[in-house]
Amino acid sequence: MLLQFFRALLDSLRDLAPILGVIAFFQLVVLGQPIPNLGELLWGVVLVVVGLSLFVQGLKLGLFPIGEGMAWDFAAKGSVLWLLLFAFALGFGTTVAEPALIAIADEAAEVAATGGMIPDHSQAREDYAEGLRYTVALSVGLAIVIGVLRILRGWPIQYLIILGYAGVVLLTPFAPEEIIGIAYDSGGVTTSTITVPLVTALGVGLASSIEGRNPMTDGFGLIAFASLTPIIFVMGYGILL
Amino acid sequence: MSDLLLSLWSALLATIDDILPILAILVGFQVIVLRRPIPNFKQVLLGFLFVLLGLAFFLEGLERALFPLGKLMAKQLTAPEFLGFSGEATASTHWHAFLWVYLFAFSIGFSTTVAEPSLIAVAIKAQQVSAGVIHPWGLRIAVALGVALGISLGTFRIVTGTPLAYYIIAGYVLVLIQTWFAPRAIIALAYDSGGVTTSTVTVPLVTALGLGLATHIPGRNPLLDGFGLIAFASLFPMMTVMGYAQLSEYWAKRRS
Repeated sequence: MLLQFFRALLDSLRDLAPILGVIAFFQLVVLGQPIPNLGELLWGVVLVVVGLSLFVQGLKLGLFPIGEGMAWDFAAKGSVLWLLLFAFALGFGTTVAEPALIAIADEAAEVAATGGMIPDHSQAREDYAEGLRYTVALSVGLAIVIGVLRILRGWPIQYLIILGYAGVVLLTPFAPEEIIGIAYDSGGVTTSTITVPLVTALGVGLASSIEGRNPMTDGFGLIAFASLTPIIFVMGYGILL
Repeated sequence: MSDLLLSLWSALLATIDDILPILAILVGFQVIVLRRPIPNFKQVLLGFLFVLLGLAFFLEGLERALFPLGKLMAKQLTAPEFLGFSGEATASTHWHAFLWVYLFAFSIGFSTTVAEPSLIAVAIKAQQVSAGVIHPWGLRIAVALGVALGISLGTFRIVTGTPLAYYIIAGYVLVLIQTWFAPRAIIALAYDSGGVTTSTVTVPLVTALGLGLATHIPGRNPLLDGFGLIAFASLFPMMTVMGYAQLSEYWAKRRS
C-alpha cells in the first residue's frame, strides 16, 4: 500500500513535469525574469503532487466502483424510468453547483448587460446568470438521459452527434453575436473532475451489464452529449431572452 | 504555518461543498430506490475520502503556485511592450510578433492537459475496458496534442479577429469526415475526450491567456473575443484521438 502510494507520487510528479518545464522556460528564457516566490511555488507543487496521487487512488477505490456498481444494480432492477431519473439527477445535480459554470454565467451576464440585451443593473444580471446556470444544468441532465437511452437501445453515437452539430449550426446564425463565444465555451466547462469519472463508470457499467452491448463502443459517449447540449441550450437561451 | 493550514482548510470546505450534492444523489438513489447495501462499503468510503482530500490539496496547490505565475505570464506575453507594437499598430501587420504567444498557447495547452485529473480517469477506464489495447499515455498525449493545436489556433483567431463560428463549423465537418474512416471502437471515446480535457487545470490558465490577448490587441473586445478558446480545446482532441486510432490501425496492418 505504501509502496503503491510512492509509485503514485512519482506518476503525479511526471504528470506535472511538463507544466513546470513550460513555466520555467517562458519565465527564465523568453521573459528573462527570475521566478518569484520560489518557496511558495515548491510548496504548491508538493500539494498538487500529493493531491493528484490521492485523487487517482480514490478514483480506483471509490468513484469507479460506485458508478459501476450502481449501473449493475439499476440493470438488475430493470426499471428504465428510475434509471433515467437517476441519470437526469446526476447530470443536473453535478452541474448546477459547478464553480466553473457559475463563473462563466456571471461573465455572460456581464456581456449581456454591456451589449444591451438586458437592463444594466445588478438584479437583472443576477437573474440572467441564474437562468443561464439552470438552463445549462437542465441541458446536461437531458444529455445524460439521452446518452443512457442510447446505451440501452444501442444506437450508434455518430448519428446523435450529427444531429447535435446540425442543431448548433442551425442556431448559430439566429443567436445574438454576443452569446456565441460563451455558448461554444459552455460545452467544455460543464463536466467537472468528479462528474467525469462517475459518469464514465456509469456508462461502462451499463454497457457491460446489458447483453449485446460492447463497453468500448457503447459505454463511452455520455460526456460527449454533456458537452454538446449546453451549446444548443445556451444559444436557445440567448435567442429567447 | 497556521496561514497555510487555514487556506488548506478552506479549500477542503469548498471541495466538500462541491461533492455534497453528488454524494446526496448517489446515497439517495442507493438507499431509497435501489435498496441495496454498497459492496465494500469501507473501501468506497475510503476512496471518497481520498478524492476529497486529493482535490482539496490539488486545487490549493494550483491556486498557490501555478495559477498566479501562469496568469502573470499570460499577461506579460500579451502586453504591448512585449509584443513590440504601439497602440495604433494593427494586429495583422505584426503577425510574427505573436510567435511567442502561439508557442506559449501550444505548450500551456499541452502541459496542462497532461496533468488534467478527469483525463487521467478516462484514460484509466479506457485501458481497463479495452483490455490494455488503448495505452493511457498514448491517449493522453493524443488529447494533449489536440488541446495544444486547438488553443494555438484559438489564439490565432483572437489575433486576427475572425468569427469563431466559421472555425467551429469547419471543425465539425472535419470530425464527421474522420468519423467515417476511423475504427468503430474509438469513436465514442474520441467524442468523450473533447469534453473531459478542459477542467480544473486548463480552464483558468487558458481563460487568462484569452482575456489578456483580447484586452491588448487593438480592435478586440475582451468581453466578446476573450471567449472561444475552450471551444477550440474541446473540439480538436476529437480529431487527434481519431487520428491516433487511425495511425495505430495503419501501423498494425503494415506490420502484419
